[in-house]
Amino acid sequence: MGDQITKDPSTYLSHLELGEPDKTFLDSNELIINMGPQHPATHGVLRVILKLDGEKVLGTECVIGYLHRGVEKIAENRTYTMFNPYVDRMDYVAAVSNGLGYCEAVEKLLNIEAPPRAQYIRVILTELNRLASHQLWLGTHALDIGAMTPLFYTFRDREEILKIFEKYCGARLTTHSFRIGGCQYETYEGFERDVEKFLDFAPPKIDEYEELLTTNRIWLERTKGVGTISAADCKALGVTGPVLRASGVKWDLRKAQPYAAYSKFDFEIPTGQHGDTYDRYLVRMQEMRQSLRIIRQAVESIPEGPIMAKVPKVMKPPVGEIYHSIEAPKGELGYFIVSDGSTQPYRVRVRPPSFVNLQALDIMVRGQLVADVIAVIGTLDIVLGEVDR
Amino acid sequence: MVAKFKARHGSGVREASTYLGQNFMIVEPSITNDVLQILRDEEQFDYCVDITAVHYPSREKHFELIWILYSFPRNQRIRVKTMIADGERFPSSVSIWPTANWLEREVYDMFGIQFDGHPDLKRILLPDGWKGHPLRKDYGIIQQDQEWVQINLGIESGQ
Repeated sequence: MGDQITKDPSTYLSHLELGEPDKTFLDSNELIINMGPQHPATHGVLRVILKLDGEKVLGTECVIGYLHRGVEKIAENRTYTMFNPYVDRMDYVAAVSNGLGYCEAVEKLLNIEAPPRAQYIRVILTELNRLASHQLWLGTHALDIGAMTPLFYTFRDREEILKIFEKYCGARLTTHSFRIGGCQYETYEGFERDVEKFLDFAPPKIDEYEELLTTNRIWLERTKGVGTISAADCKALGVTGPVLRASGVKWDLRKAQPYAAYSKFDFEIPTGQHGDTYDRYLVRMQEMRQSLRIIRQAVESIPEGPIMAKVPKVMKPPVGEIYHSIEAPKGELGYFIVSDGSTQPYRVRVRPPSFVNLQALDIMVRGQLVADVIAVIGTLDIVLGEVDR
Repeated sequence: MVAKFKARHGSGVREASTYLGQNFMIVEPSITNDVLQILRDEEQFDYCVDITAVHYPSREKHFELIWILYSFPRNQRIRVKTMIADGERFPSSVSIWPTANWLEREVYDMFGIQFDGHPDLKRILLPDGWKGHPLRKDYGIIQQDQEWVQINLGIESGQ
């Protein structure tokens, strides 16, 4: 058999500088265990090799790539329009954000701008998707730690968002809702009413999740002080999104470098102080409420007008390159596109937030217990489709 | 800022300009790591967003290496680019930004560019024994390492 499958897990760790087991407590032995790739708490196919001293983690190594589909290679063999649906398959729980980033990047390259109405529709759908992504994260994260009820609550409420998506474009997850130059579909009859109904429906539900967890004794024990990461470490490791904000850095691309129609809305950037799992939970809970705030402003002031800019039938962006990034639910999602003047991109590079954030797993779990590894993988909010692409 | 680099490194800075409102600098490979170090230490580019490469088989030097940097205090981005030949080794920037670790591993995996001084340079997305680097232009879209597939997965072909 080949190297990857039969290889001794311990060889993966040989390069790491690891501490020696502490022999004072009973007879603790150094242990190397393999977690995943088929493991319900790794949110997909993530394999982590752990070096343990009894229950204490000395070091880890992530083995990824089980879901690699060669998205960047595919892009080089498709036209700009044809590649658009593929980006939905990376972060499949926040497909709308992926599409927004890609469409805006190509629009910049073509030097066109989506009309205002399209930009408002984009903001509404993207924020709804952020909420859905955070709800899915909360449900699965809490389930990993042992609280089962939040999963049922969040999935019940996420369904309402997916219904809006389904009515808008016919798909629930891989929506492909935006096109280069605007939106393909005008909002359906009663779209605003549905969204407003959801805006009244959601806040008490978020209160409900908070009631279950925020002051829950077990939740506090399992999350406070677990997986702490400092702001300096976050910056050095390129960690973005709620993880960075929970460490106290007030940075959100929607404010720092506004795209779509975000500069027109009033919202806060929630931050934490300690950078532990509990703070990240609080930050994401507040982000849900801020998303609702943005959606309400957008629905109330949505302008009339066209939803598509004038886009050439055959897209041939001028020779050049562009990097455009947006604040996806997981962090900074960037697209680096090189055009050689033909109908197909010469190179598309996706800067995935999950991939870069996952790199911080090692320093976050060192010195913690095995059970905390599960909590930290959950709190990083990774999607393996995006890590492996 | 560019003037400062030009004064210090002379003709090492080949080009510095703006396209679609985004700044970039093309520098000689020999001074690239110095430039990156200075950008972090003196110009506050404290966040390395991405490291990637582009393959141009028709050029004399096949690969273009690209660093996308961001500065939190200045709220600015910059791209640093350099050209290297096929098979040429390049110093790693892990000591400047630890995040370069996985990003460089991915560049190695996809393009076969070797980084000197990298703590653990091995494939990251593809399996260790795989032959070929898929994002090179001469690698076909449906090409696979058939031998690896047959040995490891026990099937005739992955297609």
